[in-house]
Amino acid sequence: MKIFPCVGRAPVSRWLTGLALLAASAATSQAAAPFEDSIAQRTLACTACHGPQGRAAPDGYYPRLAGKPAGYLYNQLLNFRDGRRHYGLMTQLVEPLSDAYLMEIAQYFSSLKVPYPAPAPATASAELLRQGRQLVLQGDATRRVPACVSCHGQAMTGVVPATPGLLGLPRDYLNAQLGAWKTGQRRAQSPDCMKQVVERLNLDELNAVASWLAAQALPADTRPAASLPAPSPGAITLTCASVPATVLKARP
Amino acid sequence: MKKLLIWLITAGLLIAAVAVAVVWLNLRDEVDVRVPVATITPSDTRLARGAYLARAGNCMGCHTARGGPTYAGGRGIATPFGTVFSSNLTPDEKTGIGSWSPAHFWRAMHNGRSKDGRLLYPAFPYPNYTQVTREDSDALLAYLHSLPAVEQARPPHALRFPYDSQAALAVWRALYFKPGVYEADTQRSAEWNRGAYLVRGLGHCAACHTARNALGASSGALDLAGGLIPMQNWYAPSLSSPHEAGVGDWDRQHIVDLLKTGVSPRASATGPMADVVLRSTQYLSDADLGAVAQFLKELAPPATLAPQAAPAAPASVLARGTKLYEQHCTQCHGEQGRGVPQAYPALAGNRAVTMPQTANLVQIILNGGYAPATAGNPRPFGMPPFVLVLSDSEVAAVLTYIRQSWGNRAGVVTPLEVNRMRRNGGR
Repeated sequence: MKIFPCVGRAPVSRWLTGLALLAASAATSQAAAPFEDSIAQRTLACTACHGPQGRAAPDGYYPRLAGKPAGYLYNQLLNFRDGRRHYGLMTQLVEPLSDAYLMEIAQYFSSLKVPYPAPAPATASAELLRQGRQLVLQGDATRRVPACVSCHGQAMTGVVPATPGLLGLPRDYLNAQLGAWKTGQRRAQSPDCMKQVVERLNLDELNAVASWLAAQALPADTRPAASLPAPSPGAITLTCASVPATVLKARP
Repeated sequence: MKKLLIWLITAGLLIAAVAVAVVWLNLRDEVDVRVPVATITPSDTRLARGAYLARAGNCMGCHTARGGPTYAGGRGIATPFGTVFSSNLTPDEKTGIGSWSPAHFWRAMHNGRSKDGRLLYPAFPYPNYTQVTREDSDALLAYLHSLPAVEQARPPHALRFPYDSQAALAVWRALYFKPGVYEADTQRSAEWNRGAYLVRGLGHCAACHTARNALGASSGALDLAGGLIPMQNWYAPSLSSPHEAGVGDWDRQHIVDLLKTGVSPRASATGPMADVVLRSTQYLSDADLGAVAQFLKELAPPATLAPQAAPAAPASVLARGTKLYEQHCTQCHGEQGRGVPQAYPALAGNRAVTMPQTANLVQIILNGGYAPATAGNPRPFGMPPFVLVLSDSEVAAVLTYIRQSWGNRAGVVTPLEVNRMRRNGGR
């Protein structure tokens, strides 16, 4: 009747899946709690892989959901359902669910305040980390690469309603996502501003960014910023369908 | 030399005779599209009727690509013979059906032939749609013509030889397809007949719930006796057998609930059926669902005997299954496999658990899944995937335990069965 985008059709996701299979995920090993008619109960199918309260699985391939901007989580659920992101398990889980219910699920995980683990110590070279830091905080004006922080917030904890934070994610996960954007495996709704940014960077630079980000500790206040500061003159303009009715003026 | 010539001529004549027969069989009850037909007046009632019928047939389900514009086609339908891509049903003149007359559309529904005369692949379920009335066909076209036009050409089918040839398709049709209209059974109630028309026609329930032969044809009787859905590896259970999904002894209302909301006191919809409830049956009127329920209730049960109680699995397998069940399943399905009404299905005495075909059980444990989010059950509960957590032998052990506990007496599930499903990837 239907075919569905399969897990691992393209190199990046195949690699990702393979690693995920090796690292047996922490599923429902929590002690059995009695049944309760709650949204937490209704989303046990999510927390089986994404960890209790969506705090991420230890293997690093099932990212944290807790505390991310609801609009971002909602957009990702739609992206999986509509074929802009590819992971068979996710796709077939969200397939029979309505937009309203997906929004409720997104808002639920967004509302959870769960402490972050300490970042893994950086293993990359000092030069790579320096390059990563430079790109994240300053960008590269000569190639019209905006600084990551100009859209994702100065504190890198994301911006409401739909821009995700960049901290608290393992390097392998960040690399897999940036790589997937580079190959077109991961997309957002068009116009896809993240695609435009990733296209301007090579794989080494993406790795530098991922390496530096993964080594940063979260600030005391982990909440996404309420808004972005006004753009400076000469900012790089990016249009993002995933951030409705907003034109991000990214400073170079 | 002369003998050879005679032999050759005879063979040639035979081949010609078969070809004539195939062509003739393909032209049975053919609609003459040259006859000018007054265009259909797209009245509000007719459009509403067409929209409703499109839901009943779940046209959108196949004729919309994932994330693509609705009804613009391009979705790949995997079959054992290759991939067939659905066509664009929007009224675009060039790539859609904007230039189709009601007769063209009727010929596609009734005879399985496209506007240009090409034979259509039966992934488009015209062996079922041939039962649809002309009036309903016209209403459907009026509705489709009212949609926004989308220019999107259908990707070419990716079928293997010889399935990619029109000649092979003509032979298939000569063997397995006969156009027909729904003929009312005057011995039965009007309600039963309405149900039969919906189930056999637009509902195309037999497309999944009837077994297919090696050439992909449903058995002639369209008996709804259950079948493995090709490529998807889900088993569409028998709708007539009391040991599978037969509803002879169900409350009518419970059947209606299942089709309307996706859940009911006696079963819930998952996998491909969740999709059917989501996109199709939840939109049907209570009267039509009641008619479908009545028809299904009156399906004659097959003459087969009840499955015998299977021999008990080895104690070591059951012990392993018990431990896994306590660790992973008790929280929702309960120590006694009773589940939670409207949330988690009972496993004790559940036919979906005990029926001989285990494909669905393995699918659900490996990949998890939600019941459909319908107007009647907008916030369904879900089953987590265990594909990354449990090994093949663990899935087999826990399923064997479930199939042999709390009064269930079904056969063991082997690690090989699980492995086959895991490699196929399921949905």
